[in-house]
Amino acid sequence: MDLLRFLPLMLEGAWVTAQITALALLLALVMGFTAALMRLSRYRLLRGVATVYVEVFRGTSALVQLFWMFYVLPHFGVNIDPFMVGWVALGLNIGAYGAEVIRGAIQAVPKGQYEATIAVNMTRWQAMYRVIIPQAIPNMIPPWGNLSIELLKATSLVSLITIADLTFRARQLNDRTFETVEIFTLVLLMYLAMALVITAGMRLLEHYTSRGLGRGGI
Amino acid sequence: MNIWDWEFAWRIMPLLLDAVVITVYATVLGFAFAAVFGLVLALMRRSHRPWISLPTVAFVEFVRSTPLLVQIYFLYFVLPEFGVLMPAIVAGILGLGLHFSTYCSEVYRAGLDGVPRGQWEAAVSLNMSRYRTYRDIVIPQAIPPVVPALGNYLVGMIKETPLLSSIAVVEVMQQAKIIGSETFRYIEPITLVGAFFLVVSLVAMMGIRRTEAWLRQKVLGSH
Repeated sequence: MDLLRFLPLMLEGAWVTAQITALALLLALVMGFTAALMRLSRYRLLRGVATVYVEVFRGTSALVQLFWMFYVLPHFGVNIDPFMVGWVALGLNIGAYGAEVIRGAIQAVPKGQYEATIAVNMTRWQAMYRVIIPQAIPNMIPPWGNLSIELLKATSLVSLITIADLTFRARQLNDRTFETVEIFTLVLLMYLAMALVITAGMRLLEHYTSRGLGRGGI
Repeated sequence: MNIWDWEFAWRIMPLLLDAVVITVYATVLGFAFAAVFGLVLALMRRSHRPWISLPTVAFVEFVRSTPLLVQIYFLYFVLPEFGVLMPAIVAGILGLGLHFSTYCSEVYRAGLDGVPRGQWEAAVSLNMSRYRTYRDIVIPQAIPPVVPALGNYLVGMIKETPLLSSIAVVEVMQQAKIIGSETFRYIEPITLVGAFFLVVSLVAMMGIRRTEAWLRQKVLGSH
């Protein structure tokens, strides 16, 4: 059957998609936490920088950001390989959305918890990483799950900057074999499978991180 | 070569603005489709007949979990195999519309769930048909509270229109790439496109916040 003939190239593409998703997600987490904490900072400058980052990356389209890094950065003598442009651009984009999720989750921790950390004379950093953030994390996991799916879907854009991801392979195989229906159906199903894996992973993570916080039923 | 050439930026502006018309056109038609079909999906999902509601749930989840770009390719390359030929812009608008209709259907679902149970019971006690209950009682109360959420997806859709460049629709992103490949200057066209999207989203977000405040006031005022 033809589908079996396509499979090796498609799996290669799916592996590239998975790598870009994972790297971009890591970058997004770092950027998201940094920007969220900066937006909650006492210092106006830090708040301002983080706000500009969040608004610019949420306000301009992901594809425009990708093309900007791909076509414009070389003009400044910055030559990054397309693969890195791909995950960096998507990581920065999703990180901007993630920052708002994290900020929301941190602000949703009851005010009494902050007051208690002051009462026991914790520093602001201690309060954040020992009391506030551990309680905020279970709240951020469901929206981060959605963002991860958005990210997975957005990785298809990297096919437009010459990276051989799953979508790129689909177009390549389609141009060569014209087995259009089979190829695109199979690719959509492969994306669905990856999305289901992410959803399942996030459920586990939510269960794991909310242990010992006295949430939900027994 | 200087970094930013204002004269060049000024010269390409009319070309980009012409392409903005296509971007806006695709967004308006795509969103109109998404808003209407999304409501249809939300109602189908609530159907008491499992052979209607289950396929709807599957369709919504499937479309929401797979990339819009591949869906656009699917419409553009696969449908002609079944004899459905359409221009690239139509495939693009249909792709945007279908993709966002699934998001809109979730928004409507929240709105429909938010209508108090008593409204349904009152409709039943007045012997209204299910169709009339939806049309005259439930839907008019379900939609206004979710308008801001729909607005968010409208902004989301504008930012996805550059994907149409991948099937050679000359919207603003494609125009910028064409200018770039002809002049070897990418910085001005692509940055201008980014600025365009930034301005549109910031203005739209302000509009949505206004609408939200206005709706809140209206609801509070009516009680």
